[in-house]
Amino acid sequence: MTALTHLSIAAALDALEKKEFSARELTQAHIEAMESRRELNAYIIETPDIALSQADNSDKRRAKGDKAGLLEGIPLAIKDLFCTDNVQTTAASNILKGFIPPYESTVTRKLFDDGAVMLGKANLDQFAMGSSNTTSAFGNVINPWRGDDGRDLVPGGSSGGSAAAVAARIAMGATATDTGGSIRQPAAFCGLAGIKPTYGRCSRWGVIAFASSLDHPGPIARTVEDCALMLRSMSGHDPMDSTSAQRDVPDFAAALTGDLRGLKIGIPKEYRLDGIPAEIDTVWEQGIAWLKDAGAEIVDITLPHTKHALPTYYIIAPAEASSNLARYDGVRYGHRSAEASTLSEMYSKTRAEGFGEEVKRRIMIGTYVLSAGYYDAYYIKAQKVRRLILNDFTAAYEKCDAILTPTAPSAAFPIGENEDDPLKMYLNDVFTVTANLAGVPAMSVPAGLDARGLPLGLQILGRAWDEETVFKVAGVIERSAKFETLPQMLRKAA
Amino acid sequence: MSMDKETVRKVASLANIEMDEAELERAAAQISGIIDWVEQLGAVNTDNIEPLANVANIELSLRADSITDGNYQDKILANAPEHTQGFFVVPKIVEQQS
Repeated sequence: MTALTHLSIAAALDALEKKEFSARELTQAHIEAMESRRELNAYIIETPDIALSQADNSDKRRAKGDKAGLLEGIPLAIKDLFCTDNVQTTAASNILKGFIPPYESTVTRKLFDDGAVMLGKANLDQFAMGSSNTTSAFGNVINPWRGDDGRDLVPGGSSGGSAAAVAARIAMGATATDTGGSIRQPAAFCGLAGIKPTYGRCSRWGVIAFASSLDHPGPIARTVEDCALMLRSMSGHDPMDSTSAQRDVPDFAAALTGDLRGLKIGIPKEYRLDGIPAEIDTVWEQGIAWLKDAGAEIVDITLPHTKHALPTYYIIAPAEASSNLARYDGVRYGHRSAEASTLSEMYSKTRAEGFGEEVKRRIMIGTYVLSAGYYDAYYIKAQKVRRLILNDFTAAYEKCDAILTPTAPSAAFPIGENEDDPLKMYLNDVFTVTANLAGVPAMSVPAGLDARGLPLGLQILGRAWDEETVFKVAGVIERSAKFETLPQMLRKAA
Repeated sequence: MSMDKETVRKVASLANIEMDEAELERAAAQISGIIDWVEQLGAVNTDNIEPLANVANIELSLRADSITDGNYQDKILANAPEHTQGFFVVPKIVEQQS
């Protein structure tokens, strides 16, 4: 039998249903694996007691013959941006160290209502700001994958702990969030599948805010089908989030038919960038060929404002962040400076001590672009370009049903690289950020390995509310790529 | 450089983040680089384009004006750095007359 930690969620649900093992056994196997791979720093805190008690309750429900939840008995990592009732939630920032939410985020409540088990709170870039998981106040996360030179690589970010945990088989799946690529880029760097659904599909209530009009909760898992199972549980209307849509949640996994006949897949010429490794283009061409083989028609499309997406994002996201993060004032929760004697000193010292460097930088950029005299030139201008980017997608989807692009402009890079210049780090999001600005669903799926043996991902974008087509296309890439290579650390163990 | 140290000092004060001189200088260089880079948007023609604040396009729903929540002062205070008798405590902001 395959080791319990190597099963897919779908296979584990099937085996749990057939009583081949219990949720407790499955959870225990993951707890042991989690404890043996602490060098990855994937978790900020581990919650084995909660996990075992949730697993026991799941076993009791099955024993009683209750209807099994969508994720009955499945152990997951929860990104430490999701507030969890009575369990420390930090956004990987010192300003929230020790914060114990007295409530549960809607997404985690839905997962637990469906029987999921929480192994712990996954590390991330501080306030989800980063592409390398090197801005966490709780230390860097290490990618379980290594290149041939043996250096430690970043897992991507911001959902780096989520991705590292799933890739290292110390969680079957993980919650994540994506504001500019934070689900898809780490999924690509760690050889995993991850989907950012349509804006409004998953509630943001109880998810610590970064940029509210761009933040999207979603899942990371090892297979496309597992993402479909998780997303179904995480989705649905929530009266607590005014941007949550009143839409029925389809059975996403049912879309995985493998048949692309009648579908048109768009290839945007603007995603062919200079200076991108040739291997990225090769894997993209391979993806196009696989989709043709499955019956899809390939069409050339244009998304003319693509090159403006990153600068637009780096006005809008910091602006919203500077507003959202104004709440950290040392009064109601989180860190308070011990050095302050006046109220205004308390604010400025608390925030100086509590926030990391990248978070401060983004708050400052946001404050600047929203300040009197600059608001129209930067913020309103960016909102106008944002509409042009959305219009690009609307026009493109008159010619095609889904779009295929690379996920990231490189494979995972060594820890410490791109740190000297924030702009270099921001370029990681060049292919992913457009979907956040337009709110359309986008998924990364592993498509191959580069010459150093590191995973490369392909991205599938779809129309708003049409995650089913995204899953269908991603499923074909997954089946064609036959991505079965394990990270080196697991090959040694096997 | 689009932002000098004095501009950054003002922005840091608006953002309520204390910074020493060395931090201000470092921030001025880095933030200038980013602001110079985003200025390329100035070249994009956005005549007659409405700003897009949010793609959600959802009509805000109304609910009955009734109490649906509350009565958990203890939960609200549970994470406060300092509280007393049901209130958050902050440094004194009213001067005492001598």
